[in-house]
Amino acid sequence: MSNCADVVVIGSGVIGNAAAYYMAKKGLSVIVLEKSDSIGNGGSSRNGGGVRQSGRDKRELPLAIYGREHLWPNLSQELGMDVEYYQKGNLRLGKTDAHINVLENLTKNANNCGLDVSMISGEEARDICPYLSKEVIGASWCPTDGHANPMLTTLAYYKKARELGVRFITGEEVIEIRKIRGKARQVITPDNIYEGETILLAAGYDSRNIAGSLGIDIPMNKVLLEVLVTEAQPPMFYQMLGTAAADFYGHQSTHGSFVFGGSSGLEAVNKDNGTPTTSSLTASCICRGIMKYFPILSEAKIVRTWAGWIDDCIDHVPVISFVEEVPGLLLASAFTGHGFGISPTVGMLLAEMAAGEKTSLDVSAFRYDRFKAKI
Amino acid sequence: MSDLKDRSAFIGSYIPQADDDMIICRCEEITKGEIRKAIYDGMYTIAEIRRYLRAGMGLCQGQTCGKLVKTIVARELKISPNEIESAVSRAPMRPLEMKVLANEKKAGE
Repeated sequence: MSNCADVVVIGSGVIGNAAAYYMAKKGLSVIVLEKSDSIGNGGSSRNGGGVRQSGRDKRELPLAIYGREHLWPNLSQELGMDVEYYQKGNLRLGKTDAHINVLENLTKNANNCGLDVSMISGEEARDICPYLSKEVIGASWCPTDGHANPMLTTLAYYKKARELGVRFITGEEVIEIRKIRGKARQVITPDNIYEGETILLAAGYDSRNIAGSLGIDIPMNKVLLEVLVTEAQPPMFYQMLGTAAADFYGHQSTHGSFVFGGSSGLEAVNKDNGTPTTSSLTASCICRGIMKYFPILSEAKIVRTWAGWIDDCIDHVPVISFVEEVPGLLLASAFTGHGFGISPTVGMLLAEMAAGEKTSLDVSAFRYDRFKAKI
Repeated sequence: MSDLKDRSAFIGSYIPQADDDMIICRCEEITKGEIRKAIYDGMYTIAEIRRYLRAGMGLCQGQTCGKLVKTIVARELKISPNEIESAVSRAPMRPLEMKVLANEKKAGE
């Protein structure tokens, strides 16, 4: 089989797979290379599944709104697989006056961007979600937000792209991208060389080393986030949840289990063991956070905890950009832990970019060369 | 697993079997037929099958069905079960109430 294609995608996470799908739909030939033995083994299988517009940087907001309006509602149908998308709103909860201040600021910013978010009282929040504790004194409410299953979404894009002829190769670690006559062209792995007119680099934090082989750097850090899941509960509520204090976020899945993500506060100094291992402190910390807001869940059993690295960009917004110094190289990394919700839009935009079309949305805010020294 | 790295290589098609209705993952009630079909949908690793079907994701975390799923995958892909990586074990070892996991106080504190 040929190792040449119109596009070689590095990374089979939700971004790489979505891009591969929309590219194949446009008639481009695509090869996807994945370092791990399993598809979508990075952040795409290690996140809370939020499909949020609220709480987003204003540069990302148009992508989130576009996805909510045009892509998420029909995604299960389009991909032929239920991605468990719910559009039941997002509650961001507060327990103290300081929390309410945080939420009011977020709400004001969202409203300035034209997004329908409002402040509601504790009572109104309990009308939406009766299981909330009395400690909750207010919340911000975005009725058009939601959540989906990130593992199924990643695999649905993979499955559909594969059906359209995209060639996926797992266990294939990219070491280097090589220029031919001034243009990114060859993708080098330990045993093979692949060639593409366009090389899409969507390998999460690992993109940094690979881009480094071309002298390009994206200022980002690797940060560990942890997720836990409960045993199945009776259907209770389907809002996406977050808190002003950011102690946890999550939702109830179709299966009935609750999926919650969170942090311990020690993420900046977590030891890097080479694999994304959970720390002994975080899951307990997340549980203490949850029980203050949802005392009813204190009897729910935790079945599993797991962790993953996010590619945390210095300005917390992704790089979605061609690189002027390296024609043919297309970057899609540094999603900073909120790439899942915008992945369909990003995949569509990357396909338009690879096809040489005008993008449906302006992507200039995500340029690779936006990072400047402070003076 | 090296020949199977290329997910486009043809591995045959799903052919129904008489015992496809047999439950393999008891916690999540996933049948042999569902697992066999998932393989032809492109799910070649235990991690992918877990994420795709929830087989081995229930209360016992695959302690009961892990080996059975491996055998089924190995047979369909025509490789030895030894070539298939087991799922990563996740803490806690047994399901634990949230209030228990949250409590870090020692007895008497």
